[in-house]
Amino acid sequence: MRFSFRQKLSLGALGALLMTGSPALAGAPKIDSGDTAWMLTSSLLVLMMTIPGLALFYGGMVRKKNVLATLAQSFGATCVITVLWMAIGYSIAFTDGGAHNNIIGGFAYAFLAPMKLNTTSALAPTIPESVYMFFQMTFAIITPALIAGALADRMKFSAFLWFMSLWLLFVYCPIAHWVWGGGWLGQLGALDYAGGTVVHLNAGTAGLVTCLVLGKRIGFGHENMAPHNLVLSVIGASLLWVGWFGFNAGSALTAGVNAGMAAVATQIATAAASLGWMFTEWLIGKKPSILGMISGAVAGLVAITPASGFVNPMGALIIGLAAGVVCYFSAVWMKRLFGYDDALDAWGVHGVGGALGAMMTGMFASNAINSSAKGWLIDGNVHQMLIQFYDVGAVFVYCAVGTFIILRVIDFVVGLRVSRDVEIEGLDINLHGETVHD
Amino acid sequence: MKLITAIIKPFKLEEVREALSALGVQGMTVTEVKGYGRQKGHTEIYRGAEYAVSFLPKLKIEVAVRGEVVEAAIDAINSRAKTGQIGDGKIFVTPLDQVVRIRTGETDADAL
Repeated sequence: MRFSFRQKLSLGALGALLMTGSPALAGAPKIDSGDTAWMLTSSLLVLMMTIPGLALFYGGMVRKKNVLATLAQSFGATCVITVLWMAIGYSIAFTDGGAHNNIIGGFAYAFLAPMKLNTTSALAPTIPESVYMFFQMTFAIITPALIAGALADRMKFSAFLWFMSLWLLFVYCPIAHWVWGGGWLGQLGALDYAGGTVVHLNAGTAGLVTCLVLGKRIGFGHENMAPHNLVLSVIGASLLWVGWFGFNAGSALTAGVNAGMAAVATQIATAAASLGWMFTEWLIGKKPSILGMISGAVAGLVAITPASGFVNPMGALIIGLAAGVVCYFSAVWMKRLFGYDDALDAWGVHGVGGALGAMMTGMFASNAINSSAKGWLIDGNVHQMLIQFYDVGAVFVYCAVGTFIILRVIDFVVGLRVSRDVEIEGLDINLHGETVHD
Repeated sequence: MKLITAIIKPFKLEEVREALSALGVQGMTVTEVKGYGRQKGHTEIYRGAEYAVSFLPKLKIEVAVRGEVVEAAIDAINSRAKTGQIGDGKIFVTPLDQVVRIRTGETDADAL
């Protein structure tokens, strides 16, 4: 999220009011009920993206013997991250870190102690801080949950919960702070409206590292691992699409013109990407699959995420089309070429799509759409491409290294992968004691 | 008495049931099965991962009939289940030693 002109105006107005010493208004920021209503709604939409959007999207794509375990990963992540976010996550990601604010936030907001009924965050001055914290919480929930796509069918539930927790605190929170919370990437001018790098490139990179560390599923390459129920996946993808308006348009942090344009950009890019993937698949000689259509849509949603509040409809159309075509190849061909088992294409769709979207944000950002941005093609600011590249590079490297270390630690203490017998018989019955009966 | 087991294409069930009913065969058991003979399966593709699926959905029908009706039953099933395309199925006839109607205790011919 970027400080809009309106947000800067609000901060300035508040400062002026405080300086006049008016007792009634001193220390009471102007909370806008429209902004608050929209941000509450957005938070719910983003929460819905994880439960049940992502849960069903992934759940439908795995084999039936693992569907409950896959759902448990999204649901479990939601619960664990909620508590950790309240305990320390929000504090280190989005509050002032004083001397070390370039790198990480402060610890004063542990358990949200300083947050009172009327408190606001300087990062979102027209809504209660409770709402801002909640909104950011839903982002913190879905980012690690996305990684489950890469590790499907073979990770221990205990290891998974540890992984979600440590990854949140040591990878997600610092990166969120760097780009959005006042840290060095935001200061550098990196443009990431709703999380193309913070969420998608981040989760995708973690997914790539995780599937390499975990290894391939038993039977990969020769056993039938077809999705057991694509109806669930279509329902999940549809919930993701609708929920994503909370993700992108909600990142305006206000209810107004920025949210409106971000919503429009999101819809156009997503549809274009779905068609891009679908026609690519069709042209290559395969049939236009429903899995391809929903995957293309998700790729478009990912790619427009960093750009949504900065681009005009034409920019959104181009970004969407590019994402649909590029992610088809990154999800389908890259895996075959390099032979890694990114089970549900966390890297192929989220990693590549996020990086692509971040770079295309630099290309198509328009000062006329968002006064805090100047892009390359419309505004002539080619330097923005370098800044975007720093954003992409920094997130990729830090995430890759951090994820690797966390996984090795968990493997040493708890063990990451289930045993061969458990993996063959299925996770549902072995990890959770339950099955789906027909 | 014979047990006639027929593997047929699923959409042929209603026609076969009607034909057998007309002969006086009052009951049947139907199971959803998968199988193949000379009919080739199909290929499914999910994000580039190709799976050759050899097994095709079929229906297995089992009817127990009196000896006098066997030939007529076979003809009925055969004529109604045939499409002329590969994969029409097969009919198996096996001898039945005993039959019991559970509700009344009737046996053999009285139970059919």
